[in-house]
Amino acid sequence: MLQDWAPVLVFLILVTGFAVVSVVMSYVMGVKKPNSRKLAPYECGMQPTGTARERFSVKFYLVAMLFLLFDIEAVFLFPWAVVYRDLRIFGFLEMLLFIAAILAGYIYVWKKGALEWER
Amino acid sequence: MNIPVVNLGAILPAIMLSLFGIAIMVAEPFVSDAKKSWLGWLAIAGTIAAMLALAPMSRQAGQWYTNLWIVDSYSIFFHFLFILIAAITILTSMNFLQREGIHHTEYYALLLFATVGMMMMAGSNELIMVFLGLEILSIATYVLAGFRRTDLKSNESAMKYFLLGSFSSAFFLYGVALIFGATGSTNLIVIADSLRSGDPQTSLVSLAAALMLIGLCFKVAVAPFHVWAPDVYEGAPTPVTGFMSVGPKAAGFAVLLRIFMTAFPTLEDRWTSVFWIVAALTMLIGNVIALVQPNIKRMLAYSSIAHAGYIAVAVAAGSEHGVSAVLFYTLAYSVTNLGAFAVVTMLSRSEDKLVNLNDYAGLASKRPGLAAVLSLFMLSLAGVPGTAGFAGKFFIFKAAVQSGLIWLAVIGVITTVVSFYYYLYVIVQMYMRDPNEEFADVRTTGPLKLALAITIAGTLYLGILPTRFLDWTVSAAVNALR
Repeated sequence: MLQDWAPVLVFLILVTGFAVVSVVMSYVMGVKKPNSRKLAPYECGMQPTGTARERFSVKFYLVAMLFLLFDIEAVFLFPWAVVYRDLRIFGFLEMLLFIAAILAGYIYVWKKGALEWER
Repeated sequence: MNIPVVNLGAILPAIMLSLFGIAIMVAEPFVSDAKKSWLGWLAIAGTIAAMLALAPMSRQAGQWYTNLWIVDSYSIFFHFLFILIAAITILTSMNFLQREGIHHTEYYALLLFATVGMMMMAGSNELIMVFLGLEILSIATYVLAGFRRTDLKSNESAMKYFLLGSFSSAFFLYGVALIFGATGSTNLIVIADSLRSGDPQTSLVSLAAALMLIGLCFKVAVAPFHVWAPDVYEGAPTPVTGFMSVGPKAAGFAVLLRIFMTAFPTLEDRWTSVFWIVAALTMLIGNVIALVQPNIKRMLAYSSIAHAGYIAVAVAAGSEHGVSAVLFYTLAYSVTNLGAFAVVTMLSRSEDKLVNLNDYAGLASKRPGLAAVLSLFMLSLAGVPGTAGFAGKFFIFKAAVQSGLIWLAVIGVITTVVSFYYYLYVIVQMYMRDPNEEFADVRTTGPLKLALAITIAGTLYLGILPTRFLDWTVSAAVNALR
């Protein structure tokens, strides 16, 4: 039974080996000419300004959370679409119910003003 | 592909509560502040509709939705109990929310959704469904615990409940995963069959059962998994505390019994000994620590831990008598405790100003009616004959003795005697101390009076004429054990 999983073990070894070898090789063989720009946390050519740990508005969290909610609900449409032909009218009605429940949530969120940035 | 048979009758109460819950939630932004109490009454209408829907549901006995859902008198009993709890909690909350200035009607919607979660737990025949119901219940309750948003204690309560609750859900889920690995199914009956027939990997199955047990023990707050309860109960809005101390507890025990009776009867000698220890510990810890609590919400929190211990005694007894005692006791305890919390809600005044036991001094001379009602609930919690609490305890200890758990029954009786001290202390405060204040701003309003009427009637009825409900619980227990 354990032999069935041998490919997984081989895969694990290969993946780890590749990662280790490429890091070590670039460390050994790479040309190193460091300067302050290159050693900056995000090497993108821009000079970093200020700290990243600032307070920002709680609205971002709210919007992110709402996005996540509706996003997750949209994900449920994909498995449904895959088996849509087999489920026929039953699946269609079930999905209508599901969408109706989401719609109720959407109306609630909208009327509560959670989607408005400036209030 | 097989399309599952849709039997709306079998889930009608849950559908009713969901529909009313969604309607209340969507209506909230459209309704002016003055008319918000109408939505509270709409929630009451929802519970009545769900109660009526029990009749068509009870005609659909059997397993439905590819054996996910089971309708028997066990699940119908718990449906009835949960709807009752929800209705009493809503009645208690209506004026509370106005008084505290937090009359957001999402409260009612969340309460109804939590009730749907509890129903799903009691009626499910499948571990994934149990988990789904557990999460629906828990998430709604986390929000309810933190409903007084500007209050620090309420926030602490919600946060603690959320962290520990999600942790315990993870335990439960791990157990489900292991049992799926060991038996290849999450259906309780299939699990039981495969444990009976093949050669089960006993250690793996026991580990899975233990993990599920830990998860559920967190939810019902029995020792040694009770430490979150007092803080959470103290900080949450008082009607929510009442709800949490009975609703999730009853649902947790419903699931516990269902899982262990249906899926793990082959391991019975193992888990009954676990329950023996859990019950003894819980009764001791709950009752002893309750003795020194100055705050009535904390005192009732420890008392609710102690009562979970009594219920665990009946679970350890395991027999048909044990199961029926669990059902009867959850009903009796729910009615009594909700009544006690209704009085505490009324007396606590805004922002929980007066929740210490000595704030109750002299209540009897100023408001004799309220004092008498609270005394009745305290006597019933303590288990004085003629009240629901006595009948419940009597059946539990009888079941324990019949199953040969003499010592557990002895511990139960001794700790009950201990508990008399702190229950009677409230009565002593009310009747034998001089009043510190006039209690002039304590108002008994319509919905609260109704809640008190229901709970008083229930406490006395179950205490004096328990036979009708006892017959029901016995038939439910026979159903669950089959």
